[in-house]
Amino acid sequence: MNIFLTTLTRDLKMAFRNPSSFLNPLMFFVISISLFPIAISPDAETLMNIAPGIIWVITMLAVLLSLNSLFHSDYDNGVLEQIVISHHPLPLILLAKTTAHWILSGLPIILLSPLLGVALFLDSNSIYILMLTLCLATPCLSLIGSIGASLVVSIKNSGMLLSLLILPLYIPILIFATSAVSQSQFNLSINGQLYFLGSILIISLITAPFISAVALRVSLE
Amino acid sequence: MSKLSVNNLSCQRGYNLLFENLSFELNSGEVLRISGQNGSGKTSLLKIIAGLNTPELGSIEFDQNQSNSEKYQIETLYLGHYAALSSELSCIENLEYLTNLNTEILSPNFHDALKEVGLENYEHESAGNLSAGQKRRVALSLLFISQSKVWLLDEPFTALDSDGIKIIENQIEKHCANGGLCILTTHQDCNIKSLKEISL
Repeated sequence: MNIFLTTLTRDLKMAFRNPSSFLNPLMFFVISISLFPIAISPDAETLMNIAPGIIWVITMLAVLLSLNSLFHSDYDNGVLEQIVISHHPLPLILLAKTTAHWILSGLPIILLSPLLGVALFLDSNSIYILMLTLCLATPCLSLIGSIGASLVVSIKNSGMLLSLLILPLYIPILIFATSAVSQSQFNLSINGQLYFLGSILIISLITAPFISAVALRVSLE
Repeated sequence: MSKLSVNNLSCQRGYNLLFENLSFELNSGEVLRISGQNGSGKTSLLKIIAGLNTPELGSIEFDQNQSNSEKYQIETLYLGHYAALSSELSCIENLEYLTNLNTEILSPNFHDALKEVGLENYEHESAGNLSAGQKRRVALSLLFISQSKVWLLDEPFTALDSDGIKIIENQIEKHCANGGLCILTTHQDCNIKSLKEISL
């Protein structure tokens, strides 16, 4: 467990010393969402209807943007080789790195979402549900994304390939999350969607670090 | 007495068969230099012995521990082409993390290790500000901390000046005198006593 905390604090320390690596995707998230009212219509009803879709699509793209930095610097400077041959369990170290990625990408999005929800005229209940879906699903985005990032780590300029690999896996999350927020606007039950998002979180939490470890070993061959 | 056994190892990269049926044994106290032309498979062999790559055929054992076992991984220290230093972290922070990954030493003395490689006042200097030779020295300071018996060093003398090379050669000799063993690749002249050599 010590190696989990050591890796987590190391990655966070590195990110805060080079903040552009995690601030750029966040800036992309805020700027893109704030452009929609200007581009489409400032009308409250129109924006309220499309708000869940906009926020969730931009969240996924922002996380995808930040995924490239998950392993690349460690691969380039040789630290990843040392991680793979370490006697500590590789899935545990990768889980720590993915947790750091979530703290730097998913968590700020969750914290910023009420502000952007208000900008898109979401009511307080829908903002609460939006935050709930983000809390359940952004860890899944980081966990599933870590599998793709492990697979393409040795390929230069792999952004497009990573998106092609990962986006199809993000689709179920997008469907359940946006449908939960949309239905909450009409006071319909959203238990089903939340259960599905919870199940995806548990499954990805259990399996993703192991799949990612295998993918990383294959990539470093 | 510890023994590293490499048995019938074969390695292929793409369509190229780099080596096949390679077998050798190395006892504690011995240093093995792997020589060969560029692309002959020296790094691939070291990576296989380190457990980073899997061979097409063959096996590696150290004191009856297979290369994928936890005990084997604790007993081996691999330093590759890259210095494995993150430019955002200081020398001490980098060494702390690498030591955490590699060994189970509770309170290593990083200050002394850096002093041994001539970087006494660089503890809190960011690795991004160091020259290539200094980075290599920081990475090699792990040799003064590590308690692993098997050292696998891939081109350890790259970017080092003659003083740096002498320091590392002395440390390798000291390690072997204490019952360790070392496998290294280098294109440079090496003044290490009792050096064995295989060519790929």
